[in-house]
Formats: sequence, C-alpha cells, structure tokens
Amino acid sequence: MKLIYKAPDTMTEKDTTYCPGCPHGIAHRLISESLEEMNLVKKTVIVWPVGCSVFGYYFIGTDAVEAAHGRACAMATGIKRVHPESFVMTYQGDGDLASIGIAETVHAAARGEKITTIFINNGNYGMTGGQMAPTTLIGQVTTTTPYGRKPEANGFPMHVPEMLATLDGPAYVARAALDSPQHIIQAKKFIQKAFSAQAKRLGFSIVELVSTCPTNWKMTPVESMERARKEVLPVFPIGEFRVIKGVE
Amino acid sequence: MGEKILMKGSEAIAEAAIRAGAMAFYGYPITPQNETPEYFSRRMPELGRTYLQAESEVAAINMVYGAACTGTRVITTSSSPGISLMQEGFSYIANSDVPCVVVNAMRGGPGLGDIAPAQADYFQATKGGGHGDYHSIVLAPHTVQEQCDMMYDAFDLADKYRIMVVVLVDGLLGQMMEPVEFKDWADVKSYKTPDWATVGQGERSNRNIITSLEILPEDLEKMNLKLQEKYRTIEEIEVRFEEYKMDDAEYVITAFGTTARIAKTSVNMARKEGIRVGIIRPITLYPFPYAVIEKRVNQVKFFFDVEMNAGQMLEDVRLGVNGKKPVYFYGRLGGMVPTAEEIYTAFKKQIGG
Ligand SMILES: Cc1ncc(C[n+]2csc(CCOP(=O)(O)OP(=O)(O)O)c2C)c(N)n1
Repeated sequence: MKLIYKAPDTMTEKDTTYCPGCPHGIAHRLISESLEEMNLVKKTVIVWPVGCSVFGYYFIGTDAVEAAHGRACAMATGIKRVHPESFVMTYQGDGDLASIGIAETVHAAARGEKITTIFINNGNYGMTGGQMAPTTLIGQVTTTTPYGRKPEANGFPMHVPEMLATLDGPAYVARAALDSPQHIIQAKKFIQKAFSAQAKRLGFSIVELVSTCPTNWKMTPVESMERARKEVLPVFPIGEFRVIKGVE
Repeated sequence: MGEKILMKGSEAIAEAAIRAGAMAFYGYPITPQNETPEYFSRRMPELGRTYLQAESEVAAINMVYGAACTGTRVITTSSSPGISLMQEGFSYIANSDVPCVVVNAMRGGPGLGDIAPAQADYFQATKGGGHGDYHSIVLAPHTVQEQCDMMYDAFDLADKYRIMVVVLVDGLLGQMMEPVEFKDWADVKSYKTPDWATVGQGERSNRNIITSLEILPEDLEKMNLKLQEKYRTIEEIEVRFEEYKMDDAEYVITAFGTTARIAKTSVNMARKEGIRVGIIRPITLYPFPYAVIEKRVNQVKFFFDVEMNAGQMLEDVRLGVNGKKPVYFYGRLGGMVPTAEEIYTAFKKQIGG
C-alpha cells in the first residue's frame, strides 16, 4: 500500500482531548507542518495557555512550558530575551489572550518581542463550559449571556489584530479562518509568514484563527463551520493587517 | 574580595546580584526600591545581560518564570504591593521546580499603605503567599554587607534546589549608605544550559516540558510529595541563624533583619546595666531555626520578640518555645521603625524594670 497522507512527525501519537469537530486539531497540524517545513522543530519552545489547549504539549512534540492563564506572552518574552536563538511561540484562546492576558499581549506586541502568537478565536470560553469571551458576537447566547450578548451590559467584541496593527512593534498581524479547505491553505500561509517574521527577527507576529466550538455552540461540526462563515467572518474578516518589509 | 566601597543598600544589592551571576532582570518600578531596577538598567546592558522593564509585576514574574525555565540566573526586585501581584507566578514557579531570586523591599501595608520600612510580609513570604502547598527559601539580611554576601547564597540555593529564593529586606536597608566589600565575580562563562531546560530540543534525545499541571489527583499528590521531600531536605540542612551574646543570656530577644540590627543596640544598653540578654536572629526565615529556640528554652526566663509588624514571626518563635516559657512581643506598625531605647524600655517592662 502506498502512503498518501499522514500526520506530521511533530504531532505525537496521543489521542487529543478535543471534542469531535473541534478545529484545534487543524491548527495543531498547520503549526506542526509549518515548523517542519521551515526546519524549526528542534529550536522551538511552545508556551501553552490555560484553556482547552492546556494539554497541547501532549500533541505537538516540541519543548514546551505551560503558562498561567493569560501570561503566555510574558513567559515567552522571558524565554526569548535570554535565549534569542530559540524559536518561541504562544498558542492562546480568546479568553486567555484577549481577556485576562490582554495586557501581556499588547505589551509584547508593542515591544516588538520576537515571538509568534497563534490566537484561536472560538467566540467563547470552551474549557470552562462556554462562557462569554471578548470575541463573543452581539446577540450570541453563552452560559453567561443567557439572553444573548448585549452591548449595554457586556460591551462589544474585540478585534485583536486590528488593535495590534496600530502599534509599531508587530512585524506581522493577520487573521485567517479554518472553515474551508481554501481558508485552511491560506491560514497555513499566514502562519508561515508569522514564523518567518520571528525567524528573521523582524518583530512580534500574530495570526488569529477564526475557529468554532461545536460542543458549546450546541451545533454539529458542519453547522458550526457554516456559522463561522456566515456569522463570525463578517464581524472578524480575514486579512493581513500589518506586514512590514522583509516578511514573506 | 576587593576593596571596600561606600554604597547605598538598594544599589549594592543590584551590584552584588550581578556579580553573583544574575544574567537577566525583569521588573516594574515601585518605591522604596526604584534605585535597584535603575541600577540594573545601567549595568546589565554594559555586561551584555538582559534588563527589561515589564508592563506590570504580573508580567514581570511571568517573564522571570520563562527565563527560569531556560535555567538562566534571573532576578526581580519589588516591594510589598508589587510582590502581592506576583503571588500567582510564585505558586506556578514552585510547582515547576525552576530557580529564581526575588527581592522584596517591604513597605508599610496593607493596601497601598506607605513607602516606609516594614516587615509585615513575613507570613506571605514564609508560609506560601500564593495558592497551594509550597515554600520559597527566605533570607533576611540585617546589614548592607550581609545583603550583598547573601545574593551569592540566594542564586546558589535557587540552583541547588531548583526553587525560588526570596531576599526579604526593607526600605531602611535600601536607603542606608555603608561600606561594602563584594565577593569575587561568579564565573558566568562556565554556566551551561541545564539538561532540564526548555530552550528547544536541539541534540537532546528527549524533549523537555515544564508545567505545574497534573490533572490526575493521584499524580498531583506524587508531585506534591516530591515538593515536600525537597522542603524537608532544606529544613534539615539550610537553616541559618545568628546568636548574639547568648552564651550567658537569661533573656532572649528574637528579631530579624532591620529590627535585629536595632535590637543589638538595645542589648548593649541592657548589658551596660548588668542585664544578661542576647539575641537569636533567624537568617533563614524559611526554613525557620526552631531548633535553636528549643535549645535555649531551658536557659532563659522568657523570649521577647520584636518586629515591624503585628506579630508574625512571633508565631514561629512560639512554635519553637512550645509553651515552655513566656513569649512577649513588641511591634511597630505601618512603616514605623522602633528605636533601640524604645525596644529596651518595652523589654525592661517585662522583667519588672
Ligand atoms: C487565574 C485563572 N482564572 C480562571 C481560570 C479558569 N479558566 C480556565 S480556562 C478559562 C477560559 C479559557 O477560554 P479560552 O482562552 O477562550 O480558551 P478555550 O478553552 O476556548 O480554548 C478559564 C476562565 C484559570 N484557570 N485561572
């Protein structure tokens, strides 16, 4: 039999802890493939977050540390500043990055830390059971917005790449989506650009990946991909918001 | 050892840390120790080492945590409100078995309090502070010279046990100008990345993962038991204290840091009047020198504990005394520093003077 498709070597044999249909697996694959193709695996330290991907180091086989909730960019800064030859990336959810860890994220970006952040936007707090996140859409029902997110009570969704693109520190700021094969191919390109920004020491790089959460959205995987396309992408559009010279 | 240099405590501590091998500093400004990070910001770049002003103490301690995971000698310095913000990081650092050094120049609290010298963070430093069952080694110098010598011990102990070491000082030690003599420079060129460090797998056959997470209770219990084992070893071999004029003492004053230094003058006043009193000065606040307290219990009539707080180390003194003799207390609060006369007067009251 001819082998025509397999998991990247960097992904371990371990079964993931993710729900059926969760795009964390797709994101892990894109990261693993990119690290391999760019020959970065052995140099890499991934700073994992608190959230559904808290066990990420079981699935992507690089050196790894497990940060406190929201502190990944600070921890990555600490590593990178004393070990500039290491390739240091964080992997964070929208609660971790945009709520409790927004200060660490914005300042790492403003300082132009030579680290890369992969930011998973699934519109809620998956791990703790589907509470409102800073990215929850207006009207979206979560376990803590049982009547739907209302601006007067809960404010508005936060657009992290658009915010970070106003700073001078980031070298590459983009948003991609994981809802279709075309978008996934594009997401991988964006991830590789972000990695190259760090490899070339150009500055901070971040890619937001519009994801889904079938379990907490109470939808099938296919329905949740459709919702991402129809409802989320119009609010969180795909794009490259800041690309400085040298990023490719 | 070199020649004696006249230096302010808050700058001397930075110079000592640098000579002891601090390769990275991450911190956030706070009075009364701003001269310390400022000094690091001048010196670290000169030596090709890392200095970074973080956006908060929360970020600073997590940067320290990250650098510690690479096995790099790393330090932060702060004061009480900043140290409160770092407690989350301390707890993670403890259960990750990574080494680092933290200096707390304690100021008056609670809350924003004031910027005057205090010792009210004793509980927080010695009993944990953050969540979970953990300890940091806590060192309490009482002179600028001792503080400088101790920075070498702090880094060595941190590396030896892969633990956080807290150097507990106060604004008085920081503001004091004293002649200091620095020990020899640590040979930082000989430092190698430890085999457990997370810097990328490189040539290693295994990959390294540093985490404080262990989701199965039976495994987390094992992790805790290992930590406890480390603490028992530290309690057995790392206890340090000073006994001052204790040989013939009928009374003992217990005090640490700045208060111990002041109390030495009080003891000399008493001795001039023929009162035989000595001092037990814990140098490691954790591990606490219970054994020396126990040893002196039968010799003395009572214990007199002096602190710049409402009676925190007092609880450990009482544990050591174990009800066998009275333990009296004198404390000043909110950044007030007791004078030697004041301590002597309060002490004399207890002997009926
Ligand atoms: C200091 C702290 N506060 C709260 C929590 C509880 N907590 C764990 S995960 C999480 C939210 C994670 O959401 P997100 O970052 O969006 O990631 P997801 O689970 O959706 O992948 C929260 C609030 C915690 N672990 N630590």
